[in-house]
Amino acid sequence: MLASIDWGYIMILPVLGGALAASALLIWWERRLLGFWQDRLGPNRVGPFGLLQIVADVVKLFTKDDWLPPFADRVLFMLAPAIIAGAMLMGFVVVPFGAELAVIDLNIGVLFFLAMTSLSVYGVLLGGLASNNKYSLLGGLRSGAQMVTYEVFMGLSLMGVVLHTGSFSLVQIVHAQEAMWFVVPQVLGFIVFFIAGLAETHRLPFDLPEAEHELAAGFHTEYSAMKFGLIMVGEYLGVILSSAMIVTLFFGGWLGPAFLPPIVWFSIKTAFFVCGFILLRAAIPRPRYDQLMSLGWKILLPVTLLNLLATGAIVLLREGV
Amino acid sequence: MTVELALFYLSAFVAVAATALTVTRTYASHALIYLIVSLLAVAVIFFLLGAPFAAALEVVIYAGAIMVFFLFVVMMLNLGPDTREQERRWLAPRTWIGPGVLASILFLELVYLIAGSDVTTPGVPVGPKAVGIELFGPYLLAVELASILLLAGLVGAYHLGRRYMRARREEVE
Repeated sequence: MLASIDWGYIMILPVLGGALAASALLIWWERRLLGFWQDRLGPNRVGPFGLLQIVADVVKLFTKDDWLPPFADRVLFMLAPAIIAGAMLMGFVVVPFGAELAVIDLNIGVLFFLAMTSLSVYGVLLGGLASNNKYSLLGGLRSGAQMVTYEVFMGLSLMGVVLHTGSFSLVQIVHAQEAMWFVVPQVLGFIVFFIAGLAETHRLPFDLPEAEHELAAGFHTEYSAMKFGLIMVGEYLGVILSSAMIVTLFFGGWLGPAFLPPIVWFSIKTAFFVCGFILLRAAIPRPRYDQLMSLGWKILLPVTLLNLLATGAIVLLREGV
Repeated sequence: MTVELALFYLSAFVAVAATALTVTRTYASHALIYLIVSLLAVAVIFFLLGAPFAAALEVVIYAGAIMVFFLFVVMMLNLGPDTREQERRWLAPRTWIGPGVLASILFLELVYLIAGSDVTTPGVPVGPKAVGIELFGPYLLAVELASILLLAGLVGAYHLGRRYMRARREEVE
């Protein structure tokens, strides 16, 4: 049932620590890159290149007054940020950083990733519900509809890759790309997955659950101090996880010319897509909510279904059935 | 085997406890969260029984999508303290008699089955491929019927939504 990798247990700590450290680093990196693209400097005062800004931010978050709104549903209010960050961290379990470098190689790896992203919806929904605040509630409702909608295309867009490989296992998906990256035959799947990844992590331009000009801060309006910090960390974890999955599924994962070790190739490719996420934030304005929904159901869904149909036909033809 | 057995009983206990709490909670949102936990526990049990595909689908579809819509409705209704009082009245011991009798019949049946025969799961792992071959082989008709049902639901929702949207548009004009 499980093709267990020998040092899976040893991988747990580096993966956990690496993901958390990278998401903290990303808070600074995103602000620097946004500054660069918007023709300003960004945080460059604290330490070399402003790197110690992260430390300053963390100190600030930990020492701020951690306010529990008296009108909130206390247990759910505290649970919500943990669900957001926890579900995203669980998603990293199946990511293969190298041929042997994964916590576990599940034969349902793709589905496990989808399951974890679908559970992260609850963090946002419960955060909105427990805050007992109308902006939070509206933000929570919006994100619920948005994430459930885009989950459909996210799942369907991956099925082309699964058809080519004949397996849900992420390690085998990467091995199947030794001749050619799946982005070539599955370019439509890649585009849809990228858009769905944006919507799933509710990043700009799809950050309508927290659109500040109409909803204050959306579902996390009432959150402060480290609870807010955890929501932020969860969001950046989502960005890294989405990028890592794009690399694994469409860009050959750890595969690359032999002069660099596999994990370095994996990190370079993932960092490239993380920067892509940030560039989109700098470049594209936010759509209206109904535009977001009709883009999903009227364009992305038919495109993915057609892609799946064509892929199925090609795979069958190649097998000569 | 013993570790798996212990895990099985642990998740089975979580499932039963969470389901009991689902029924007895007076806050609709809390009840729903216990129901989600119960579904997740059932998914773990599926995984332990050697059906990872069913386990993943249980999480993606039941816990991840259907329960989101339940939670959605609860959020829309914005149930306050009044409904809590109402729930409390509804949970009076008198209302437990009917369901209790029916459930105990099922329970006795289950005890009889477990005690009287050796009908248990074979414990053979079933991978995603095997599930797919079964679904689109002998059970093709059932799959097609289910998809027709879903299509009917989709057309119905579109029809209802269109009438509402037309009324809205006329209102605006």
